[in-house]
Amino acid sequence: MTTLVNAPVNTPPLAPSGTPGARAAAPVPAPGAPASAGRRKPVLAASGGPANRPAAAAHLSDAQVEQLGRELDALRDKVIASRGAKDAAYIRRVIKVQRGLELAGRATLLVSKKKGAFVAGTAMLSVAKVLENMEIGHNVLHGQWDWMRDPDIHSTTWEWDFVSPAASWKHTHNDLHHTWTNVLGKDKDVGYSILRMDASEPWHPANLGNPVYNAILAPFFEWGIAIYDLELEAYKDGEKSKAELVRDLKATGRKVVRQFTKDYAATPAAAMVFGSGKQALIGTFTANAIRNVWAHSVIFCGHFPDGVDTFTEDEIEGETRGDWYIRQMLGSANISGSKLMHLMTGNLSHQIEHHCFPDLPSNRYAEVAVALREICDRYGLPYTTGPLPKQVGSAWAKVFRLALPPKKAATA
Amino acid sequence: MPQIRALRRVASLLTTPLSPEDFLGLVNPLSSTRQLRGVVTRVTRETPESTTIHFRPGKGWNAHEAGQWARIGVEIDGVRQWRSYSLSAAAGHDPAITVTAIGVVSTALARHTTVGDVLFLDTPQGDFTLPEHPRPLLMLTAGSGLTPVMSMIRTLVPRRPDADVVLVHSARTREDALFHDELLELADQFPGLVVKHWYTREGAAPAGAGEAHGRRLDLETTTDLESLCPDWRDRAAYACGPADFLDAATALWERDGADDEHAGLTIERFAPVLLPGTGGEGGLVTFEKSDKEFDAPGDVTLLDAGEECGVVMPSGCRMGICRSCLTPLVAGKVRDLRTGEVHGEEGDLIQTCINAAAGPVHLDI
Repeated sequence: MTTLVNAPVNTPPLAPSGTPGARAAAPVPAPGAPASAGRRKPVLAASGGPANRPAAAAHLSDAQVEQLGRELDALRDKVIASRGAKDAAYIRRVIKVQRGLELAGRATLLVSKKKGAFVAGTAMLSVAKVLENMEIGHNVLHGQWDWMRDPDIHSTTWEWDFVSPAASWKHTHNDLHHTWTNVLGKDKDVGYSILRMDASEPWHPANLGNPVYNAILAPFFEWGIAIYDLELEAYKDGEKSKAELVRDLKATGRKVVRQFTKDYAATPAAAMVFGSGKQALIGTFTANAIRNVWAHSVIFCGHFPDGVDTFTEDEIEGETRGDWYIRQMLGSANISGSKLMHLMTGNLSHQIEHHCFPDLPSNRYAEVAVALREICDRYGLPYTTGPLPKQVGSAWAKVFRLALPPKKAATA
Repeated sequence: MPQIRALRRVASLLTTPLSPEDFLGLVNPLSSTRQLRGVVTRVTRETPESTTIHFRPGKGWNAHEAGQWARIGVEIDGVRQWRSYSLSAAAGHDPAITVTAIGVVSTALARHTTVGDVLFLDTPQGDFTLPEHPRPLLMLTAGSGLTPVMSMIRTLVPRRPDADVVLVHSARTREDALFHDELLELADQFPGLVVKHWYTREGAAPAGAGEAHGRRLDLETTTDLESLCPDWRDRAAYACGPADFLDAATALWERDGADDEHAGLTIERFAPVLLPGTGGEGGLVTFEKSDKEFDAPGDVTLLDAGEECGVVMPSGCRMGICRSCLTPLVAGKVRDLRTGEVHGEEGDLIQTCINAAAGPVHLDI
């Protein structure tokens, strides 16, 4: 194997000779617990490409894909080289505003007997929760701010205002979803193991209820994610050991108790002193529901609207760095809108940029988007984007459409 | 304060997953108990290249002993950078560091620190400290190596009438000599302190008790030492300065100094122990907690190296995107296999799945 000195290609070396895909994570699995073997890790090929590229990229040659990979690597390097004090000030400002809103919102809810206070408190707490999860939590957990070396704003120490523990989320989201983006059977985010979100998936009568399930999921989204992050299916399939499941259940249980106590016991109890206990309880519940519906909507816009592709496992066999980038572009959709929209979506409105460069600071995606769009145009690749109502509508339309059995003569 | 603790516990029910301090930090940055900080209270120019920075530490700081050092963190271009500095203030006083503008971090500190700035701190450490029982002392210092010794002199000389200290300090010129005037005043005031300045620059104007020699203090032989301090063997000696200065002093004391009857030499090194390694060639990877070693080629990731020799390595995507594999670097340099960039400083969290050893590497796992 040649060394990669000065080679600006992002090719991790070939597969380790150790146990592939052992889910090594502290604590060490109990002796005798089956190492979760069988999770073949993707290893990008240094050259060539998959035997059949996804249709939207079929017109590109191996050399063109390699060139595209180099261009995206250069784009990434440019942002990394220019990260600095301005970016650090940005995330700290967002955190400060978020904490200010959280404090003001919760304090106002303590006296929410007055209707105006109830509305203001609930609104401030809702915005605080949205900011915490979207622009701060999700991005910090991706390691977007690790370069600052601030132990308080770091992917290894951050815990977020969400019932699923950060550690579980990082595994299912950062590792599984971002590695296997939209690969059917691998990326469980395609429908979160409950909805039929791809025409190639077999239809089952239970799918008729999908719109209802999804409508119920939206206001309780954080609970859905907490259950999803337990990876019960992986446990059933023997990919996850009992020790690992017990560990995750305990961690989630502890987090659930803390989160639940904060919003539904401690805050109303403190508000009772001011005769506002009931209103405070309704306020915190509403704030969580608003955050849940918002997060659910934004996340559904990421990979489900029309124009987004899914992939089969053999389509990614032999993927190079360039192919991996292309899959991220074809498998993601953006939301167009104002600066405020980008902030409130945690810049997931730049889902395409985020998927190509999950660990670049979110405040830089807007500038990356300009260059990325130009690259897509030049290479004749689709770049799916639209305003929020259109994208949400499109994702919901898919939920309804795929709830019904496929028509006999349907063309996929 | 059990009441405070109880209040904190109640408050944290409302702030989880954050702590009450995270909200207090909105108004008072010193309130964090997780990250020790200090506020700069005074900045004094010492020489054209050196600045003393006085700071008031927040909760969690331990008073320093004379001669100790502390890690100081400062943000440069948004990135937290840590360096170790000796504390130059007398024990019992608010701490201060004296920084000479060499290197990126020291230059930023020396040139751009202003009153009110926040520094990140770690508690004082080090055993380059005064002997428990009074005895005659010899201090051999060069350049910024004077800073820990200055703390000792400031602590000892005014308080102990029986102090007996000889300081031999090397500097290029009088302008470069740290604390020059203060040392001469102390020597005037307290007979127990003798100060000898040795200027190494050709034609440096002799001044005060200083002599310009146009050469460095020679520690290869005992000649210079004999003329400066004839009873040097009988004094407990402390040396601090550049690496070659310390190496020479150590060799001299081993050869001609300490024995059963005479006092020994205590040294303080400023430069961290750097592992050799230029990058690209791989190296011996030591997994400290697991007590395992692996001789890794330059194109094998640290993750593979660890797994190869049976270390339970955290890992995720194995392609540099998910950060499940972050592992603290204790020493050495690593090379990013994606860019070829060689990087790594003590304490950095390294993505083991895309970095290989660039020379010997120690990981905290």
